[in-house]
Amino acid sequence: MSYAKRSREELAQRLASDIHDGAYVNLGIGLPTLVADHLPAGREIFLHSENGILGMGPAPAPGDVDTDLLNAGKQPVTLLPGGAFFHHADSFAMIRGGHLDICVLGAFQVSASGDIANWSTGEPEAIPAVGGAMDLAVGAKNIWVMMELLTRKGESKIVPRCTYPLTGVGVVKRVYSDLAVIDITPGGLVAYDLVPGLSMEELQSLTGLQLLTQAR
Amino acid sequence: MIDKTRSSLEAALAGVPDGATIMVGGFGEAGLPNDLVDALIAQGAKDLVVVNNNAGQGERGVAALLATGRVRKIICSFPRNVDSQVFDNLYRSGKLELELVPQGTLVERIRAAGAGIGAFYTPTAFGTELARGKETRQINGRDFVLEFPLHADYALIKAEAADRWGNLVYRKTARNFGPVMAMAAKCTIAQVNRIVELGELDPEAIITPGIFVERVVRVAVAPTAVVTAGRK
Repeated sequence: MSYAKRSREELAQRLASDIHDGAYVNLGIGLPTLVADHLPAGREIFLHSENGILGMGPAPAPGDVDTDLLNAGKQPVTLLPGGAFFHHADSFAMIRGGHLDICVLGAFQVSASGDIANWSTGEPEAIPAVGGAMDLAVGAKNIWVMMELLTRKGESKIVPRCTYPLTGVGVVKRVYSDLAVIDITPGGLVAYDLVPGLSMEELQSLTGLQLLTQAR
Repeated sequence: MIDKTRSSLEAALAGVPDGATIMVGGFGEAGLPNDLVDALIAQGAKDLVVVNNNAGQGERGVAALLATGRVRKIICSFPRNVDSQVFDNLYRSGKLELELVPQGTLVERIRAAGAGIGAFYTPTAFGTELARGKETRQINGRDFVLEFPLHADYALIKAEAADRWGNLVYRKTARNFGPVMAMAAKCTIAQVNRIVELGELDPEAIITPGIFVERVVRVAVAPTAVVTAGRK
């Protein structure tokens, strides 16, 4: 059978539909920022930004840019009514202290035991930069990764062991990908919500991983 | 009478010695004390250690300071940016030492210095190459990395308004590292957009009490700048 991968927008929508009413959420740089555009209507969800915002709103209209109101990607944003500002130590206390319900991160690789590699390709000539990635990876109650499941070469980005430098160890609970959602559990990798037309056998052979079906 | 205000940027930066460790507030454009950094360049101190979340963007501020060759080492979390060419060149040519610290660990080390904490255990970076060689400890079944405080001789920060006692209020996300760096430095210098009379700042709204601030200088309000999209 043939299947179509989820588009980035469909992936963002799929993930956003799982964010519960009242959740405190940090969206990482890159793909995860798309989730903000797909938060389900009727739910109050608090977006956190590392540089000191809770209740972050969308980008301002052109002409309403305030250079004192930026997100963690250093782009101009807005504040929703009820939003708050705070300093960096408080912001990272929210992150590290387990106060955020969900953090969505992009990744180069995720291991079958929940390790994540998303800050460095390990190339010797690259300029290293970590930002808040390692703090986010250890802090939130739920670390969700949002990524394409395969590299451009077709290799699985969920791997038995990460080969890129680690960001965090054993922290990822769930991967939202363009082919399926995969939970990382003590009992193994549980795959569900495969795109229509993709069989578990095909997914297994694409990733080379032992996958379990969801117990229902 | 206590008056922490200084009449010029030159007076605000007086006395910075060679070899000083200098914290610089700011995250993106927000809260960057560019006027103080320019004044530090004019003041001429060299062999400096700079602590900032980034390592300069474009050609102004921290980038301009790095370009003078007077910075020996930078401690930061995210030096790489689309327009961090000044840092990139110095780093690649071996002319600038880099200590890369996860952002939350960076700010907590600064906070620890200001709060008189001897060291602390954090879960951040455990099992990664940024924890290599560091003492670790398992507490209640969880793994932690030992981190030490980060002190500074000077902190250069930007706030919205101050009074002559050095009480500060900030504006939106320009607050970021300012209040924490102010606690950690022996001498905190704040550039502000407004200086107001004692009692004008709402005591409930003062974020940095004057005890953490030594010098205040008013600068011309910068026009809204075009924001350069970057990363963390």
